[in-house]
Amino acid sequence: MRITQGAFSFLPDLDDGQITRQVQYCIDKGWAVNIEFTDDPHPRNTYWEMWGMPMFDVPDAAGVMFELNACRKAHAGRNYIRVSAFDSTHTWESLRLSFITDRPADEPGFALDRQEVDGRSIRYTTRAYAADRPEGARY
Amino acid sequence: MNAIDKTTSADAPRSRYSAGVMEYRKMGYWQPDYEPKDTDVIALFRVTPQDGVDPIEASAAVAGESSTATWTVVWTDRLTACDKYRAKCYRVDPVPNSPGSWFAYIAYDLDLFEPGSIANLSASIIGNVFGFKPLKALRLEDMRLPVAYVKTFDGPATGIVVERERLDKFGRPLLGATVKPKLGLSGRNYGRVVYEALKGGLDFTKDDENINSQPFMHWRDRFLYCMEAVNKAQASTGEVKGTYLNITAGTMEDMYERAEFAKQLGSSIVMIDLIIGYTAIQSMAKWARRNDMILHLHRAGHSTYTRQKTHGVSFRVIAKWMRLAGVDHIHAGTVVGKLEGDPHTTKGYYDICREDYVPQNLAHGVFFDQDWASTRKLMPVASGGIHAGQMHQLIDLLGEDVVLQFGGGTIGHPMGIQAGATANRVALEAMILARNEGRDIVVEGPDILQDAARHCLPLRQALDTWKDVTFNYSSTDTPDFVPQATAAE
Repeated sequence: MRITQGAFSFLPDLDDGQITRQVQYCIDKGWAVNIEFTDDPHPRNTYWEMWGMPMFDVPDAAGVMFELNACRKAHAGRNYIRVSAFDSTHTWESLRLSFITDRPADEPGFALDRQEVDGRSIRYTTRAYAADRPEGARY
Repeated sequence: MNAIDKTTSADAPRSRYSAGVMEYRKMGYWQPDYEPKDTDVIALFRVTPQDGVDPIEASAAVAGESSTATWTVVWTDRLTACDKYRAKCYRVDPVPNSPGSWFAYIAYDLDLFEPGSIANLSASIIGNVFGFKPLKALRLEDMRLPVAYVKTFDGPATGIVVERERLDKFGRPLLGATVKPKLGLSGRNYGRVVYEALKGGLDFTKDDENINSQPFMHWRDRFLYCMEAVNKAQASTGEVKGTYLNITAGTMEDMYERAEFAKQLGSSIVMIDLIIGYTAIQSMAKWARRNDMILHLHRAGHSTYTRQKTHGVSFRVIAKWMRLAGVDHIHAGTVVGKLEGDPHTTKGYYDICREDYVPQNLAHGVFFDQDWASTRKLMPVASGGIHAGQMHQLIDLLGEDVVLQFGGGTIGHPMGIQAGATANRVALEAMILARNEGRDIVVEGPDILQDAARHCLPLRQALDTWKDVTFNYSSTDTPDFVPQATAAE
């Protein structure tokens, strides 16, 4: 399966030229770009590991791409990597764009556990198959 | 126009309060020199007086009948601070290109309204006055809500930013679809449509406005099957999904029961119809806020009073009231789809929903500067007769903080619902990617879609199926300050 989180997961994987252009769009808007990675891609796992701090003051996308490549060197293949952009504008103060740049070669996906409870109600739990193994040894 | 008549009101108290009938303009409801206070509520009415009725007198009557006046002088006014409580019509302008109609600006003191109550606000402003005999027609065009009043409302239970954070979806419009056929599916079959659409790539599916609890599908069945579909789609995509469970019912007790069941099943969103009434809407907004629930509002019924320009209430006023009342989603038009929606007027609605400060923009039908004072943002929903081939137009016209709902445009796909959903999602992502790269999507949109269709057969089929579908009719509800009705293009 292919996890479809992020803004561009239904497109073929973005190449570095495409990623650079998206990053530049964010920088031109005045947003801080952040790189994160995880091997726990549960849809409610909000806090992926940060690759350093959000980059508030980089003048162009090259600086972000340098960091992205460094992150890839350390984590690609065994982690998902995403690029996000923070907008500090009053009444927004949150993310404006987030997309996955790298994913493990094999994505086993999620099991849906059903616990039958009162009446016909069911409690649902989404569980990543990979998350059964310890962090760092999942993909 | 302020200069039409400088004689006002009650400068001679004794004669002002003699028993009998007096012109409204002479009772203090016409005050051309009045400067509205920052704390005043201001309403703009389109007044069409009966033949022979003076527009100033008609406008003063509107001010009177929507505040303290009755048809005759009453001495009991003198027991009150009546000058304060009288609404004051301070400006009357002819409507451009519309002989016989006038724009009347009326200011209301803040003390006339109960804090945090749309029911009270609307009972005054659109209460008795719309049936007033000396008027042929009356329309509430716009309102300026002072910050002092805005702050008495909670506003949207969730708001655009927190909704996006909860859903973990940023930088693109959300995608939805209304389950079709809107009536007749069993719960089990209904859930099938939900699952297929969500798995195919939509973020949301939606009950239609009239899906409540009918013989063919009782509400509990729908909720149970829909949540199975949502959770299954979520697990198979790794992405947060939702379905708007319509909790509209005959009584508040029933609505609360349905809302609680939706929560118990883990739904992230519930839905109500506009026809449940303002108080019920505010109650459900409070409930949604208390229960971490997104609240979707379907504007069922609004066209009965919003569509015709001469009489009723503009949708921009309804949008303002609903942002105060606290819903998170509101249907606000598509421009290019099958339902009424002039592009400029619709942009005005979208600004009212999404901006923190909306400046006056007569070309968009926005008559007043409106400061929302950090009230959460209301997500507009574009629904009705739209398809993947219009993606560039939709994003250009409506921006990215919007839910695009393709009902027929998902479920009617020749290769099935999943394919329809995938086509829409691919078209959307390709268009956002291109826009962010600096391409002119209005001009290049069709090429961008064709390129994206090369790696996506479902999009190819969608483009072929609906390539010629447009709804190009002139709108009836258009701004008065552009030359003519603008057809959707």
